Amino acid sequence: MGLMDKHALIEKNATLLLVGSLLVVTVGGIVEIAPLFYLDNTIEKVEGMRPYSPLELAGRNIYVREGCYLCHSQMIRPFRDEVERYGHYSLAAESMYDHPFQWGSKRTGPDLARVGDRYSNSWHVQHLTDPRSVVPESIMPSYAFLKDTPIEVKDFSTHLVANRRVGVPYSDDMIANANVDLMAQADPNADTSGLEKRYPKAKVGDFDGNPQQVTEMDALVAYLQMLGTLVDFKNYDEAAGYR
Amino acid sequence: MRFGTEIVLLTLFAFAALVAAGFGADEPFRQHMWVLFFAVAGFTAILLRNTDFKPAAPIDPTAYMDGPIRYGAIATVFWGVVGMLVGVVIALQLAYPDLNFGPWLNFGRLRPVHTSGVVFAFGGNALLCTSLYVVQRTCRARLFGGNLAWFVFWGYQLFIVMAATGYLLGITESREYAEPEWYVDIWLTIVWVAYLILFLGTILKRKEPHIYVANWFYLSFIVTIAMLHVVNNLSMPASLVGSKSYSAFSGVQDALTQWWYGHNAVGFFLTAGFLGMMYYFVPKQVNRPVYSYRLSIIHFWALIFLYIWAGPHHLHYTALPDWAQTLGMVFSIMLWMPSWGGMINGLMTLSGAWDKIRTDPIVRMMVAAIAFYGMSTFEGPMMSIKTVNSLSHYTDWTIGHVHSGALGWVGLITFGAIYYMVPKLWNRERLYSLRLVTWHFWLATLGIVVYAAVMWVSGIMQGLMWREYDEQGFLVYSFAETVAAMHPYYVMRAAGGAMYLTGMLIMAWNVTMTILGYQREEQSSPGSAPALQPAE
Repeated sequence: MGLMDKHALIEKNATLLLVGSLLVVTVGGIVEIAPLFYLDNTIEKVEGMRPYSPLELAGRNIYVREGCYLCHSQMIRPFRDEVERYGHYSLAAESMYDHPFQWGSKRTGPDLARVGDRYSNSWHVQHLTDPRSVVPESIMPSYAFLKDTPIEVKDFSTHLVANRRVGVPYSDDMIANANVDLMAQADPNADTSGLEKRYPKAKVGDFDGNPQQVTEMDALVAYLQMLGTLVDFKNYDEAAGYR
Repeated sequence: MRFGTEIVLLTLFAFAALVAAGFGADEPFRQHMWVLFFAVAGFTAILLRNTDFKPAAPIDPTAYMDGPIRYGAIATVFWGVVGMLVGVVIALQLAYPDLNFGPWLNFGRLRPVHTSGVVFAFGGNALLCTSLYVVQRTCRARLFGGNLAWFVFWGYQLFIVMAATGYLLGITESREYAEPEWYVDIWLTIVWVAYLILFLGTILKRKEPHIYVANWFYLSFIVTIAMLHVVNNLSMPASLVGSKSYSAFSGVQDALTQWWYGHNAVGFFLTAGFLGMMYYFVPKQVNRPVYSYRLSIIHFWALIFLYIWAGPHHLHYTALPDWAQTLGMVFSIMLWMPSWGGMINGLMTLSGAWDKIRTDPIVRMMVAAIAFYGMSTFEGPMMSIKTVNSLSHYTDWTIGHVHSGALGWVGLITFGAIYYMVPKLWNRERLYSLRLVTWHFWLATLGIVVYAAVMWVSGIMQGLMWREYDEQGFLVYSFAETVAAMHPYYVMRAAGGAMYLTGMLIMAWNVTMTILGYQREEQSSPGSAPALQPAE
């Protein structure tokens, strides 16, 4: 009896067919994905990575909500043109606290992995409000409505708690101060010493040019301004990070 | 009482939605729950109007259950029109950005409506109704589980409505082709398990000793999608009455999990399921047996084994470790062979009946579908080669590749299957008009050719412009200049998509008239029935 004839066994038994195909389709995922969770060299050793501040996290949620990732990648590949255009190629370590990742798959607009500190706050606000007023060739939609939408805070600590449950090292201190930190980061008159201790390198100030209220524009610009600025590349060992 | 239990359960469901709308933690969630409330309450009202207290008519247990399949065929055409219309709209938004009307109708929120609308609403309904049609006829058994098929059908439509309205409200997990948030994901899991029970149950009560090859593909599609969906959507909600959740994985692990899912949404939803469709409807329409039984065994097992490995080719040169990228590339290239095994088996089924390509527009549609399948499963492995991918990744070439598969393979094979099924499901002698099928075929094919060709040119141009250096070693183009260069191609792409949409509208008209019982009196298309030549 040849191998092909034995196949009749499977063709006559639905359970065998079901279990057989399920086993066959699980192999690839187990071999490719599972090692990423335990191989030590999957994520490079770097200095400077920290969880997102509450305002940055709120901004990141707006970035996700508006589908920015559909046109903007956050993943610089190690090619000469990309490194010259956007900066140092992206490391896995730089998205280690990203739930979900925002690497993107399409560059209808430019990569944003290191857009932080490249433009002023007011440039970002103007660009998001009316993209073609600063980049005539742009085909980006207007996000003017963010300026008029106060950020919905309620109890923002629940967002930090959810992140901690999936592995982001938010401390009890960070969670207890979530709402305070969120408001303080966008208020030029607030005492931000606690915030800056909890989130080193956090950019503080009135991002949207409207000190009256904290808007979604504040949050989004705060997020954009920190992108790619955390890792200190002076102390990064390229050879050790190579996988 | 007819629908008694259903009405009680749905009323409770609607009430729960109302409570969630009142106590929701964030504004989008409250709005979304209002949508859910109106959808469920409206459906309950329809059931209430159709209820009565007569004893239910006895059901013939040997007759096929075709009600959900009829609804499924209509839903396929309806969502096809919707999904493709949104596609043309977002194509125009890229060419003319003033067409963005934020926040609800911005490109970023409409794009998932298009992708999910076409893949899961149009393609999903096509798979749902054809799989239930095929499994009954190849097993000679009525669908398992009484009204379970109705639950699967309406449950799936509710999933579509909740997913699409969620995107417009800004409720998304940002995982491409798996954007719905946690509570919609849970609902889909329930519906999908019911679908698996329905399909497997029907196979188990079959009167044929052998399980037909189409059902292998449908079954592996259903079970694999269940696995992919559950693993990829693991996430932690910020609030049990809120719309926001955070993915269980982060960064590099999250990226590979997502593209393990994403590529196999292509591999199992858009390929294995539709191969099942091919294995039933092509032999039926050309009236020939499947070309090779051995080939179908080999390419089935090879296809489902290899596809799962291909995900990392979406992450070439990223921060994903090199070993995973290389593994993904190697398996993607190997995948070319079982893919073409399927193509050969489909095409060679026409052996001895090739003249039907000329005489039967439905066969022509199916053959073109298989040809596009062959083309895009060659292009895919080629694009998964790292050096090719370094140019094509992030560009519109990828979008062109997806559409030659989606419009060419998935679209055309679905149209063929629907044109085959509709007259049979409604007991009509034939379709309203075969000439309209011919029109549909040519509009669709030309639309795909325009679309794919334009995206090849624009994608390769874009990739080359990004990396172009002058003699002094400076980058030649700013990013904004590369955006400006895309404009004419975006206009032409929208035109190609509009042609395809026009074909879809013609189909909607043709199917509607067929269902209503009209038959257009018409001569067959010129050349379709050649005058017989006397033998000399």
